[in-house]
Amino acid sequence: MINDQFYRRRYVISGIAVGVVLVYIIRLFYLQVIDQSTKDQADNNALVKQTIYPSRGLIYDRNGELLVFNQPIYEITMTMRDMGNNWDTLGFCQCLQISREDFDHRLEEIKDKRKNRGYSRWTPQVFMSQLKKEDIATLQESLFLYPGIQIQKRTLRDYTYKAAAHVLGSVGEVNQNDIDRDNYYTRGDYSGRDGLERTYEKQLRGEKGMEVLMRDSRGRMQGSYQNGDLDKTAVAGTDLYTTLDIRLQMLAEELLCGKIGSAVAIEPKTGEILALVSNPAWNPRVLVGKERSKNYNALLNDKTKPLLNRATQATYPPGSTFKTIQALVCLEEGGITPNTLYPCSGPGSTPIKCTHHHGSPVALDKAIEQSCNPYFWCAFRDVLQKDGYGKENEDFRKRYEIWRNDVMTFGLGKKFTDSDIGDQSSGSIPSTKYFDRFYGKTGWKAITIRSLSIGQGEILVTPLQLANQAATIANEGYYISPHLNRNDSMLTHRHDLNIAKKHFETVKDGMHRVMVYGTGRHYAIDSLNMAGKTGTAQNSHGRDHAIFIGFAPVDDPKIAVAVVVENAGFGATWAAPIASMMMEQYLTGNMKRKDLKQRIAGSVLNESVKKW
Amino acid sequence: MRASRNGNILQHVDWITIGLFLALVIFGWLNIYGASYTFDQTSIFDFSNRAGKQFAWIIGSVFLGAVLLLIDYKTYDVLAYFAYGAMLLLLLATPFLAHDIKGSMSWISLGPVSLQPAEFAKCIVALAIAKYMGRYDYKIRTWRDLIVPFALIGVPALIIMVLQKETGSALVFAAFLLVFYRQGMSGYVLWMGVAAVALFIISIRWGGLALPLGTGSVGILSCMLLLTAVEIYFICKEHKMRWQLLILTGGVAVIYGICLIINIWVNVPFDWISMGVVIALALYTVFVSIYWRKYMLLIVAAFSVFCIGYTQACDFVFTHVLQPHQRIRIEVLLGMKEDPAGAGYNVNQARIAIGSGRFFGKGYLNGTQTKLQFVPEQDTDFIFCTVGEEWGFVGSLGVLLVYLFFILRLIEIAERQRNVSTQIYAYAVASIFLFHLTINVGMVLGLLPVIGIPLPFFSYGGSSLWGFTMLLFILLRLDAARMEQLR
Repeated sequence: MINDQFYRRRYVISGIAVGVVLVYIIRLFYLQVIDQSTKDQADNNALVKQTIYPSRGLIYDRNGELLVFNQPIYEITMTMRDMGNNWDTLGFCQCLQISREDFDHRLEEIKDKRKNRGYSRWTPQVFMSQLKKEDIATLQESLFLYPGIQIQKRTLRDYTYKAAAHVLGSVGEVNQNDIDRDNYYTRGDYSGRDGLERTYEKQLRGEKGMEVLMRDSRGRMQGSYQNGDLDKTAVAGTDLYTTLDIRLQMLAEELLCGKIGSAVAIEPKTGEILALVSNPAWNPRVLVGKERSKNYNALLNDKTKPLLNRATQATYPPGSTFKTIQALVCLEEGGITPNTLYPCSGPGSTPIKCTHHHGSPVALDKAIEQSCNPYFWCAFRDVLQKDGYGKENEDFRKRYEIWRNDVMTFGLGKKFTDSDIGDQSSGSIPSTKYFDRFYGKTGWKAITIRSLSIGQGEILVTPLQLANQAATIANEGYYISPHLNRNDSMLTHRHDLNIAKKHFETVKDGMHRVMVYGTGRHYAIDSLNMAGKTGTAQNSHGRDHAIFIGFAPVDDPKIAVAVVVENAGFGATWAAPIASMMMEQYLTGNMKRKDLKQRIAGSVLNESVKKW
Repeated sequence: MRASRNGNILQHVDWITIGLFLALVIFGWLNIYGASYTFDQTSIFDFSNRAGKQFAWIIGSVFLGAVLLLIDYKTYDVLAYFAYGAMLLLLLATPFLAHDIKGSMSWISLGPVSLQPAEFAKCIVALAIAKYMGRYDYKIRTWRDLIVPFALIGVPALIIMVLQKETGSALVFAAFLLVFYRQGMSGYVLWMGVAAVALFIISIRWGGLALPLGTGSVGILSCMLLLTAVEIYFICKEHKMRWQLLILTGGVAVIYGICLIINIWVNVPFDWISMGVVIALALYTVFVSIYWRKYMLLIVAAFSVFCIGYTQACDFVFTHVLQPHQRIRIEVLLGMKEDPAGAGYNVNQARIAIGSGRFFGKGYLNGTQTKLQFVPEQDTDFIFCTVGEEWGFVGSLGVLLVYLFFILRLIEIAERQRNVSTQIYAYAVASIFLFHLTINVGMVLGLLPVIGIPLPFFSYGGSSLWGFTMLLFILLRLDAARMEQLR
């Protein structure tokens, strides 16, 4: 209205205002709509995800006895910023019974950014960890005197019995590999490292929970974010019911004291493992908590190799116990009948000597009873040579392959892949290729591999396979893969053998005779109606291994056992009594032969075996 | 007439502006509550927290506004010079009465509250300027006519900057340049301001960057090329002959071409060559202006020579005159320094706060950046972060548009005055609000260096709220009286 000469300048000034606002709107649009980086930055600033650890599943034996449980441990954390000036260091040290020097040293470690990369004055730092309840009791009462100090609870494994260390396994901190493989884990988490703890890790660990907390600019926690809508509660692990009978397990462990060896007991009808013992073993408690890594290294360096689970990982020649399988395969493949007789000249027999004195000629039942070597050599030879050798040794090699396949149907020469047992060896039943490589296709004959007939030579089996073999015979033609989880789904892993039931009856009869008239008769209990077969396996590592397989009662087998005592001598002397006592324990729920137990358990056959 | 004036002030007052004022104040108050909100907070009216205190200030400001509307409009004109003198005395006295608050000596404490006289100075300076420039015989004819107005804004600005160490509050007086412009000051002054800022930024940002060609720096060469272009533009604009444009640009191009070729064998000091070109052109401009009697061109020549000195001085000013914290703020803004933990912390956290609000915001009182105190000064100078974080793009856009509408409304009011003095005052009000909005929001958005001045009606603080209220309601009072004025 006035000053018309410069009237138009109002538009310049308005234009400046519009221009400025426009530029700012564009900038806002860039920051709030286009640029995506700030959302995460704000969350990183403000949100802290705190993990809530679930309690790990418990482990029980077949009778509901608690084997593995959780013990609370405590961690002391300190937040430097909240500690203030007049902090009573001496009183604090007295509460924890540590020296002033320890305190200062630990404080230096915490503040050293190279050792403790996440150090911040504002957030809690771990001062001491893995403390027992009694360690922190005094401090807990006077906690209010020490601002900035917090006590956090975590859990560790604890064990009711000092037994079954190999089977149960242990829990330890995850390594980088585990973290890369499974994004469930983060640094500092615990997971099952071996045994059942590892196999059933996913079931036992449960599910971690999460709490989203807000942290202010100084790193102080300010409560939960969005009223906890993003929080997740922890789901406790599921308990594991194992097939073990802890009484049987502990008896076997006691009997193997001072010896290197193993014992496996299986319930034949279900394949459930009743006991799985490997000695030397350790008290499972030594691999828990602060001492874990120290003790683990000591176990690792022990020359008796306690960490090796001999029951499933060590392989031995089966010796005479293999004669049971030999008999079954030869009967099935038509090499012999139960009435076939072979002569035996005792220790003067060729090409294989007999170790026992008995009448001649013998039939199969007697041959098993007396563990007659020549009988099984002849039967083996006749089965392999039934069709002659043929062109280029073809027919013989074919027969050998058939024999081998039959033997392997007992679960030998391979791992139980449908089982939940972690570390297994496959053992070995040599293939035609193996002998071809050594002798050439035409260079080997029945006589070349004669030691196979009596379970020596290239045959190697694990104690677990031996026990499964006993169970298969007890079942008269099938087995269920041995397993440790008492879950019915395991029963579907049934394996039927192509060997007629009547043959099993013959062999079972022979094994029964072993316990009545033969090598096992000293340790039989008549009322339990045991069947068994001893073995004395020659080997290149010194004295023979004592081996025994057996089951009881013969008519309705409830337990099948295999025992191996390394470098102990006769199977009848060392393995048979252990197996016999185990059967008694399981079948009667009690072991009455205290003197025998005393004698066997007290015998130290290997001086370097240490009880951990 | 007279009866209706006092009786019906409510009829003549501009209700749109009052509505916008209330909208801004109330929304600002909600955001102060959001910004100072902590977890144990109880009520928005609780006087122990800042939102509660601000509520008291708001009540006071509404009361103040009402009082200002009731005073006779002539009072403001009559008392303008007296108030100006009193204000100068108060500003001078302030540093001696004040406590040191973060290096600033501008706060006087009166019992439980503190007042910042500088916030009220703007209003009083605006009134004095309006009175002086609104005289019926005043007109901007030559630069001499601007001496007094410049003095009126310069003296308080210097006191505030030097004695009170409040650079931000002093800079606000630059807003009056727009007022002078509207009243007839040459537009070149504004352009010179823009050029000064541009040259400053170029010479600081790229002054240390060596040319790939030889001696000299990218910054200096760019400034000189810019000046050369400006000189050629004005010579050809004043003296319209095409051949002249061709010869001048061609000549400059040939000189630089020859230098480039010589540079193959000998290092050419490009800094000096480019300055030489500018000076040569300036001399030619002087010759042209005298020969054709286009004396305006003398200013161009003088400006060019001045600018050469200026670019040399920038570096000196930057390293020796500016205080270290100001220097670092500028370096961070220009991307010469990354310092997210130190000087760049505020700006970076503000960017995160605003950016993480996304399109619709995190919701009122749900901003993690604000609530957890990641942004310092979040309820005062950085209050716009809270808006951005909790109300998102939608909310920030809304606030900016309301502000724009508010400022345009003030310009509208200015233009409808019959009284020159009121118009000048109205433009002063509009310019001051525009300046505050530009500097504050530009700083929060990371487009301008950190200069601590409040966002009107939003930032927490009684002095600034009352200062702006005075500024606005005096205008509304004068505007309501416009029909009574004959001239």
